[in-house]
Amino acid sequence: MERIPILSVSGFLLVSIQVDMHDRLALTLQDDLTEQIVARGPRGVLIDISALEMVDSFIGRMLSNIANMAKLLDAETVVVGMQPSVAITLVELGMPMRGIRTALDLEKGLAVLRSIAHSENQNDPHGEEDDAGSVL
Amino acid sequence: MQVASSESFEIQSSEDVVIVRQAVRRHAVALGFNLVDQTKIVTAASELARNTLLHGGGGSAAVETVRTGVAAGLKLTFVDEGPGIADIDLAMKDGYTSKGGMGLGLGGAKRLSNEFEIDSAPGKGTRVAIIRWKGL
Amino acid sequence: MPSSSKSRLPEILKSHETDLLQEWIESQKKSASRKISAADEKLLLSQSREFLSFLRQAAQTGVDVDIESPTWSAVRDFLVALAGSRAKGGFTSTETAVFILSLKEPLFNKLRTNIQDPAALAQEFWTATLALDRLGLFTMEAYQRTREEVISRQQKELLELSTPVVRLWENILALPLIGTLDSSRTQVVMQNLLEAIVSTRSDIAIIDITGVPTVDTLVAQHLLKTVAAARLMGADCIISGIRPQIAQTIIHLGVDLSAVTTKATMADAFQLALKRTGATITKAVAGK
Repeated sequence: MERIPILSVSGFLLVSIQVDMHDRLALTLQDDLTEQIVARGPRGVLIDISALEMVDSFIGRMLSNIANMAKLLDAETVVVGMQPSVAITLVELGMPMRGIRTALDLEKGLAVLRSIAHSENQNDPHGEEDDAGSVL
Repeated sequence: MQVASSESFEIQSSEDVVIVRQAVRRHAVALGFNLVDQTKIVTAASELARNTLLHGGGGSAAVETVRTGVAAGLKLTFVDEGPGIADIDLAMKDGYTSKGGMGLGLGGAKRLSNEFEIDSAPGKGTRVAIIRWKGL
Repeated sequence: MPSSSKSRLPEILKSHETDLLQEWIESQKKSASRKISAADEKLLLSQSREFLSFLRQAAQTGVDVDIESPTWSAVRDFLVALAGSRAKGGFTSTETAVFILSLKEPLFNKLRTNIQDPAALAQEFWTATLALDRLGLFTMEAYQRTREEVISRQQKELLELSTPVVRLWENILALPLIGTLDSSRTQVVMQNLLEAIVSTRSDIAIIDITGVPTVDTLVAQHLLKTVAAARLMGADCIISGIRPQIAQTIIHLGVDLSAVTTKATMADAFQLALKRTGATITKAVAGK
């Protein structure tokens, strides 16, 4: 059964979506990630969508769901690498993409996650000091 | 309006939704759509194909090149013999959900297209057609 | 419909080619809007000669006044190429049409001196005039099409020149917009900005509209959509240079800019962007 691989790197979970996912595969990814977050207790989750040439409402909802679930389990999620044409289309589509942080690439995504962790350590639970990344 | 090349597909599984998406991408590229317009119509196709599968109980899609005078475009038609939609206006509202959520499907597909047509009634199935003209 | 009797045109074109060419070229030179160089004349000669040979070919089985028919396809191709090169070469549309039309007089002179029978002469005149007029129009249309392509390409280049994306600092881009924005131009410009954000890995893009005299609803919406798209990608935008008139227009239009950071000047925007990206500027102490 095909699955999208989830990597564990320095206490973060990293998923790189390289295929045109059908809905069942997307749901499997959602389940697998939840399982991994519970199992490993990562500090954060990075989802790399730089290879995705299309994000529709289903995939958008999947990303939101993952972010919300991760949050419940005390991990932040950052979606990285959204292509400009995908972004323009999502805006036109009217997809709200709530609760998802985004960054231009993996490096910046990691920086966002680290600075959130850092400000949480400094008793700033809402991360108000942190301006890194965009929260939608 | 003349119809040039056309292809049709059965939509019976989530893999079929991907097949339709990829076919639409191919046709859009062949017609010379720019990247953003390609992404828009592929995304609209994904939404409508999913609706056909999840709400229509499966159906078919037709992808056709259309021409009128000097303009060329891509026309997609999605047909199912499912339960049909009782209140189309309500179904077109964003966020409207019925058994699992048509959500942004119809409204989104309309926003991403230049032309949108829907024909549906309880017991009569559903037919949705969209057109994206090149360069508009 | 091809003429039922055999046309004498091909034979006349052949036996009087030298004379015809000479008169025809003189006529073309006379209507030229500029001085013709020796090189130009050489080209004119070869083009004219080629046209006459195509004409002769097409008229072999009688002069078909339907120039869209297959008999004329070689002539049509030749004329499209000629019109194209003239359009690109800056010739006027008249000069291009004159290429064909100025052939009429020398040709008719030859027809007159070589055909005795008045009925036959009239028939030849008529079919030749119809065919040449239509070929002339066809050439004009081909010329127009090429001109339009040239203009549209020039517009594109101008567009690219007039809306450069500037790298102000590490992680900070600026897009100074100048001139009136129309919907399609704005779309292209905004797409370029988003691509630039990705390729330069910039966190912040400053869209400066100081140089934009007016903004309409569509343009305002495109601006907002661009800001939204940039945010989705993980960057952010600051809009600067909103002059009082534009601010009023935007409020009148009911466009909601509350979710967007705006600054009066690009300098202010730059300062904010520096702060947001974690850069600081310190003044060197004098005397060191």
